[in-house]
Amino acid sequence: MLLEYFQMIDRVETVDAERKTLRARSVVPSKSPVFEGHFPGMPLVPGVLLIETMAQASGFLVLAATDFAAMPFLMSVDGAKMRAFVEPDAVLDIEVVLEHDGSGFAVTKAKITSGGKKVCDAQLKLRTVPFSEVPLGDIVRKRAEELGLMDALATTGAATGNSRGNDA
Amino acid sequence: MTATFDKVADIIAETSEIDRETIKPESHTIDDLGIDSLDFLDIVFAIDKEFGIKIPLEKWTQDVNEGKVATEEYFVLQNLCAKIDELRAAKA
Repeated sequence: MLLEYFQMIDRVETVDAERKTLRARSVVPSKSPVFEGHFPGMPLVPGVLLIETMAQASGFLVLAATDFAAMPFLMSVDGAKMRAFVEPDAVLDIEVVLEHDGSGFAVTKAKITSGGKKVCDAQLKLRTVPFSEVPLGDIVRKRAEELGLMDALATTGAATGNSRGNDA
Repeated sequence: MTATFDKVADIIAETSEIDRETIKPESHTIDDLGIDSLDFLDIVFAIDKEFGIKIPLEKWTQDVNEGKVATEEYFVLQNLCAKIDELRAAKA
């Protein structure tokens, strides 16, 4: 994670066969300018950045589920609960489920755990805007490559193919 | 009034904090009820879930923006409910 650059996801680990769930992992940095103010002498990841982490993971799941057709933008956050402090060096496991794939929007349920303990969760709504209208397609694809989303998709595709092959 | 209208009106009242009594079949969701685009997406989500459909909101918006269809066609409640019933029938 690079908190000050809003790079919240380190690695996409899995996207399931139907592309309805995504798991990712991030490690909170030991040091960050964010911790200088939040808080002096007691560094904690701000709750809004945990929400951003869930939103980014949700966005990558929506991209995967829609074959990178449209850019997801965070629209609303419902029922967000910050359940535990997150300190430097914490390992975060992020899980997202695509609850609804609507027309022009998507709804996810996301949660973050650390060491098996639930840290936060929320329902997120994202507006999806076609890449023909926002010039972010190349940037997002490059970022998805860097995070391993494409590898995870390829693995899922292979697994799905094998499964179908066995069924046939 | 149809059962579809009653459910949609309940959803609108709950989502947008609009007095249920003010929501009529002839109400325009934008012009009369003042529902903004964010709340409308919440309403569409709730309708999708309630009826097990996917309202083609992007197409509707495109139709309106291109002047092919008047907003009343989709956004007056009795018309919206008729579209919902069509989508349900097509799915069945």
